[in-house]
This record gives sequence, C-alpha cells and structure tokens, in this order.
Amino acid sequence: MAVCVAVIAKENYPLYIRSTPTENELKFHYMVHTSLDVVDEKISAMGKALVDQRELYLGLLYPTEDYKVYGYVTNSKVKFVMVVDSSNTALRDNEIRSMFRKLHNSYTDVMCNPFYNPGDRIQSRFVSLGRAFDNMVTSMMIQVC
Amino acid sequence: MEGLTLSDAEQKYYSDLFSYCDIESTKKVVVNGRVLELFRAAQLPNDVVLQIMELCGATRLGYFGRSQFYIALKLVAVAQSGFPLRVESINTVKDLPLPRFVASKNEQESRHAASYSSDSENQGSYSGVIPPPPGRGQVKKGSVTHDTVQPRTSADAQEPASPVVSPQQSPPTSPHTWRKHSRHPSGGNSERPLAGSGPFWSPFGEAQSGSAGGDAVWSGHSPPPPQENWVSFADTPPTSTLLTMHPASVQDQTTVRTVASATTAIEIRRQSSSYDDPWKITDEQRQYYVNQFKTIQPDLNGFIPGSAAKEFFTKSKLPILELSHIWELSDFDKDGALTLDEFCAAFHLVVARKNGYDLPEKLPESLMPKLIDLEDSADVGDQPGEVGYSGSPAEAPPSKSPSMPSLNQTWPELNQSSEQWETFSERSSSSQTLTQFDSNIAPADPDTAIVHPVPIRMTPSKIHMQEMELKRTGSDHTNPTSPLLVKPSDLSEENKINSSVKFASGNTVDGYSSSDSFTSDPEQIGSNVTRQRSHSGTSPDTAAPPPPPPRPQPSHSRSSSLDMNRTFAVTTGQQQTGVVAHPPAVPPRPQPSQAPGPTVHRPVDADGLMTHTSTSPQQIPEQPNFADFSQFEVFAASNVNEEQDDEAEKHPEVLPVEKASDPASSLRVAKTDSKTEEKTAATAPANVSKGTTPLAPPPKPVRRRLKSEDELRPEVDEHTQKTGVLAAVLASQPSIPRSVGKDKKAIQASIRRNKETNTVLARLNSELQQQLKDVLEERISLEVQLEQLRPFSHL
Repeated sequence: MAVCVAVIAKENYPLYIRSTPTENELKFHYMVHTSLDVVDEKISAMGKALVDQRELYLGLLYPTEDYKVYGYVTNSKVKFVMVVDSSNTALRDNEIRSMFRKLHNSYTDVMCNPFYNPGDRIQSRFVSLGRAFDNMVTSMMIQVC
Repeated sequence: MEGLTLSDAEQKYYSDLFSYCDIESTKKVVVNGRVLELFRAAQLPNDVVLQIMELCGATRLGYFGRSQFYIALKLVAVAQSGFPLRVESINTVKDLPLPRFVASKNEQESRHAASYSSDSENQGSYSGVIPPPPGRGQVKKGSVTHDTVQPRTSADAQEPASPVVSPQQSPPTSPHTWRKHSRHPSGGNSERPLAGSGPFWSPFGEAQSGSAGGDAVWSGHSPPPPQENWVSFADTPPTSTLLTMHPASVQDQTTVRTVASATTAIEIRRQSSSYDDPWKITDEQRQYYVNQFKTIQPDLNGFIPGSAAKEFFTKSKLPILELSHIWELSDFDKDGALTLDEFCAAFHLVVARKNGYDLPEKLPESLMPKLIDLEDSADVGDQPGEVGYSGSPAEAPPSKSPSMPSLNQTWPELNQSSEQWETFSERSSSSQTLTQFDSNIAPADPDTAIVHPVPIRMTPSKIHMQEMELKRTGSDHTNPTSPLLVKPSDLSEENKINSSVKFASGNTVDGYSSSDSFTSDPEQIGSNVTRQRSHSGTSPDTAAPPPPPPRPQPSHSRSSSLDMNRTFAVTTGQQQTGVVAHPPAVPPRPQPSQAPGPTVHRPVDADGLMTHTSTSPQQIPEQPNFADFSQFEVFAASNVNEEQDDEAEKHPEVLPVEKASDPASSLRVAKTDSKTEEKTAATAPANVSKGTTPLAPPPKPVRRRLKSEDELRPEVDEHTQKTGVLAAVLASQPSIPRSVGKDKKAIQASIRRNKETNTVLARLNSELQQQLKDVLEERISLEVQLEQLRPFSHL
C-alpha cells in the first residue's frame, strides 16, 4: 500500500504530493525530496542512451528500514515517486509497475484537460482537474495492500 | 377533422401547448419534434401516440397545424383518461381532464395537472424550476409574465423545479425530485401568492418530497396562466423556446426571468437547459450547441481541439476550476479533444452551471456521448415511436447519435459498456492471481469479458468490427470443409486459453476482431486460424465458455501433450489413430524470437505449425495494453509447456523446420524450465479441466486439412524435447481412442491445442524475460547503493 505518492515536475518542484495522514507527513515529504537525487542519478546513468530507450520505471530507489521508495520518470522528466511500507512484502514489482502505470495514465488525463496549465499544481480540492487524479491516488493508497 | 369544441381551460391550455411547440413561431404549424416530445411526455404507449397522430390528421397532412394539434391534445387527454381513442370522443367525452404531460422529457405529458389550476401550480413550479435558460431572453420574458402567473404556478412549481430550478438543488439529483413535483395538490395552487420566485423555491423543496414527481413541470406549463408566458414565450426567439421545451420551462421562464435577467448577459450560450431529467438536452438546445460546434469546427464528425474549446468555454466566464471539471466530465474518451457529443455535453454543463446547478460528480447519463455504434443501433431500435421525432431538424447533428432522446435509451448500453469496463478493471486487478498458474482457466471468463470492452472502446464503429468479423468468417470459408466443424471446437479451446491470456495471442488486429468474433461463431475463429492467428482469433470465442466444448475428438482434446498420449497409445494400437493424434501435435513452434511466419498454409505442417507458434507468441507480446501480464505468465507458461510438448511431438515430421524450432523450443525450455514444470503441472490440470487442450495450435489443424492430414501424422513421434513434460501433460490429458472418423477433428484439435500451448509458452517466456529484466535492474540498483555505501573503498 502506497503510503505516499508524489508527482514532481521537471524542475524538481512538487506538483502533487499526498501521504496517508496517519504518518508524519513531513517525513514523507523529506523522503521524497531526498529520493530526487537518486532519481537523477538513475536518469543520468541510463541517460547515456537516448531518451526513448530509457525505461520509465526506475524501480526501487532506495530502501529504508520502514519504507521503500520507488521511482518512475516520464519522457518529459516528470517524476513519480511512491513510498510504500516495507511490511508489505506482498507487493511485487509488477504491482508497483502497474501502480505507476495507472498514475501515469491519470496524469496524462489531467494533462489532456486544456484548462490545466502544465506546471500548475494538480489540485483536487476544487471541482476541477485533479479530482480524478486524486481519486485514483486514493484508490491506490487504500486498495493496494 | 371534425369540429372541436374546447372548454375555456382547454382552449387556454392547448394554446399554451401549441405555443410551446411552436418554436418556430409560425403560429400555424408546430414542430414535429417538439410535438412528439410532448406526446412522449404524456406517457402514452407509442402506438397510442401514433394512433393519435393519425386520428388528428397530422400524419395525413405531414405537419401539426393548430387544429391538428388541438385535436391531438384532446386525444391525449382521452387516452390518458382511459377512453378508447375515437375521433368522436373528442367532442363526446365530457369533463375530460386536461392532458397531462410529464415534466421530464418523457414525463411531461404524463403529469398533466388534472385541472388547469393545478397546472398553473406546476407552472409556477416551472418558473422556479427552470432557471436554466438564463441566456434566453425569452426566459426573461417569461419571467415577466410569470409573475402574473405565479400565483398559480407557485404551487406547481415545486415539482419540476426542484431538480431544475433551484440552485438549491443540484441537478443530478433530480429525476426524483423532479418527479416529486409532478403533482402538487392542486388545491392550493391557484391561491399561491405571487410571492415571486422566492416562495417557489421553498415550495419546491417541500414539493419534492410530496409531489408525484417531476411531471408537474409540464402540467405547470399547460395551465392558462402560462398562457401569457406562452405568448411572450412564443414571441421570443427560438432559443428561449428551448426553455419552454420543458413544459416546466414556462414556469421557469417566469422564475427564470427573475433570475434570468442577470443571466441575460450570458447570452445564448446558456440556452435553457432542459433538465428534464434534469440533464437532458432539448432539441433546441442541441441544435444550438451544434451550431456553436460548427462555428468552431465545421465538420460535425470532427473534433474540437482542447485549446479551441478552452477559449470557447472561457467566454462563459466560469471559473477555470469549474471549467476544468466540466472538461473532465465531458471529455469522455480523454483525448484532449471534443467530439460533437462531448461538446454538447460540455456546453450543457456550462449552461447548467451558469444557471446555478451544481456540477455533478460524474457525467449524467443523458450527456454521455455516444461512444460506439453499438449504442446507436440499440438506440435506433429503442425508439420506434420516435420516427417522426428523429426527423426533426434538431436531430440533425451528430451522426453518432440518432437522436438525443436516444441518449437515455443508450444508457442501458452505456451501462453495459461501463459495466464491462468496470469488470475489466476488476479483472485486471484479479489478474494477479493468475500468476499462480492454477487458475489458468479461471481468467478465461474474465478475460473474455475484458475482451469485449477493450475492442469496443477502441473500435470506433461497430460496422468496422462487423466487417472484421465478416472477414474472418470469409477466411473461414477458405478452409477445407470439414475442418470447420472441428476447427471451431479446437479453436474454441484455444480461444479459451487465449482469452485467458487476454490478448488472444496478442494479435492486436485480431484482438479487435476477436472481440467481434468472440460473440461470433467459432467459424470466425477458424478463420483466424487460417490466418495463423488462430490463437487470438479463437480466444474470444473460447472466452465465452471457459472450458471449450469438448472437442469432437477426445483424442485431440488437449494440447500437444495430450496428443502425445494419444499418439503413443494410438500408434501402438492403430496406426491411423496414432497418425491422427500426431498431426494435431503442432510441430515445434518457432520461438517467439523467431520471425513469425505467416504462412498459413504451409505445405509442411511442421513448418506451418512452427510459424504458427512463432506468430502466436509474438502476437501475445504485441498486445501489452490491457494485458495482465500475470495472465500472460500463466498462459504463457501453459503455452510454453504446451508448445514444448507440441514441438516435441512434431519433431519427427519436419526435421528442418523442427530443427529451427527445436533450438528455439529448447531455448524456451531452458528459460522456462523451472516455470515450465510448474506450468506444466498447472497447465496440465488446467488443460484437463478444460477438457480439451485449448492449447492445440489452431491454425495447424486447418493447414493440415488443406493438405491431407495424414501426411502430418508422423510428427507426433517427436518427443525429444519435453518428453517428460509431455508425458506429464499427456498423462493428465485424457486419452481417448479415436476412430478414424474423428481423426481429423482430433488432429485439428490437437493442433489447436498445440498452438495454444505455444502461445502460452511464448507468453510465459516474455514474462519471464521481463522478470529477469526487473531482477537485473534491481541488482544494478543494489550494486549502486552498495557502492555508495562503501566509503571510499575504491579510492
């Protein structure tokens, strides 16, 4: 179960970050922030080849004692970072991949909305874009157990 | 027509209705569409409506003149009162209640207030109810007159208003609230003070609970008070008539007036939103939307790009957040562009929002764009009585939707589609269970169901799909005669497996056709087979009944492995049977790595089989979209096993081909060794459970047929490669002695099974490779981390 999902723009500022409220959110924010370095490193390592050869799913970025951080980057350098609980050993790599795929699809849907300016925060509190995105993230956080 | 004597109330009511329908303000002829809508709202059966139309002479004349209209209304009242429809009854029935029209599109007529007064109440409610047409100047006018009418309508207003009118209520709620208003207690209506829209609003809330339902809207419309509104209404431009579309709109007009004045500025864009239900788009509105669409995009079948739509809707001065929400709701296919239907839905939502309605969380049914022709065809069937209506100009637009009203009717189809969509997602999530390799068959059904939605969504037109099906069937015919029978069974087996795999051997093209063929007969599958895509083609069919119907020839019931059993047994026993059994064993299929040889009809069966194999595995990877890879794994595993078995069996036959395939198969074996065993075990039971091994390569049997199947028999002998597996598989397979007559079928079945096995194995292979990749990736990351953690050890 994803305890934290974050979408980070190309310039490395967050577009969307959401954690399960039970935890100290600040900790998750910090983890996501520090994972950006790992993401960049992976990108540069893989980036020797052309972009299209680079795989979007970065895999496990780094594990901590309690959590594991997975990364995913799109071709437009928008990064998705997901923090999952380590106790969820049942979570397989494929499942993480599928979660990222869903994230990517929802993000694409948000992008398709002409009223969304790229670079804006994906706000879901209004009856607006991000609503579906947020719902999807919620489902991911709740159901992926 | 005979002379029609109307009471005063009737006269007024009818003239109001006439004005309502007289959207062209001709004062002579009413628009057929509107009239039909009105009649539908009367909640009379279609045949009655037709009869009425005939009786009043509209059918003869082709239009509704005033007299015809009045007569028709009278007949509606007669019908609603339960009297038989007779021309004489027009004048003979005394004390006929005024015809009732349900407020909501279809209900307007039903609710006709028994008395004018009650109608007036309704009207009042209308005014409150239908705020929407803010933009319409007419509405405004209506509101003016409405005031006078108010007293009467206020009581009624409640009903219809609730959903529509009050900003207090969000539209979506409505059809219920709408209905409630339907009938207000007529008693108090007329006495209602003119309080103005305010009181209407409150009564609306109350009325909702009490009233019969939204019908009131219409009834409100009819009463005399509205007449003045009508007059004004009629004078107003057609756009305003949109408002009046709802009978309630009359009342709405009055209320709208009060409200609308502010909205006038909004401009016609905000045509009266007919919220019959309450999101239904009236004809006029639709026409307006279509015209607006044309200004942006002249081609009605084309798209409006997102940027253009953004500009257009920004003009409505709604906040960006709301606009983006509206976009999210209306862009049904999430392509960043608006089709005509989507545009109308978006426009409608904008209008609604402008009128104060809250935006729904999800797109209302009536605004759902027609996605597929399936719905259209369904809709067409649904509206027999709407022939006249469909002819109305308002219907002109979208080719996709035969008529707007059909949207409601399409809802069932949409629901089904959505259900399919939903099930699809559910299945996807459950697909992970497939990795257990035990539930090979289980996914078959879900997969098949999944297959449906997938192609439907992507295939723009059903006709296209049908064509594809036709093509398939056509190809079937190319096959030799007898095989058709057998092949379908074999194919179905294969399909079952394939369906479980979900892409039916990844034939993207076939996938679509598969979906079609899924519903179609196995023959199509057979055609697929001939195309060497048997797996994919058949899968849809097999998907339907998870275990494929027992193959006509038990000997070939199972994938190659099964055949092996029979082959061996047969060979020992009867040469022929053995031969029969063998041929079904698909010659070792080329590995997925091998280029798929689309040679459907290879002279050498082994070759054909091999090519088939290669194609099938390749096809599997081709459709990663909805793939549940886990399913693939399972399937692939089983396929791999099967294929291996098949290959082994087929070895003897085509040495050169087999050589190529053998290494491939051996490669596969190597890769999937561990898995194979599991899969074999898994597939074996799966196969067994299926009854017949669907894994038998479907195309092979076809090809065999072409040539002379006997030639292919020898292939069975090869067991080089997975003899152990084969044995296991074979053992699991029920071996059935085959008579000569069944040999062909058995061969075909076995071929099919082999192919299926092949597909499964190929999929398994791909999955394993992917897993390998993932593992390697993880390894790399771990190594990187390790290096990082190691402090300067390398320095």
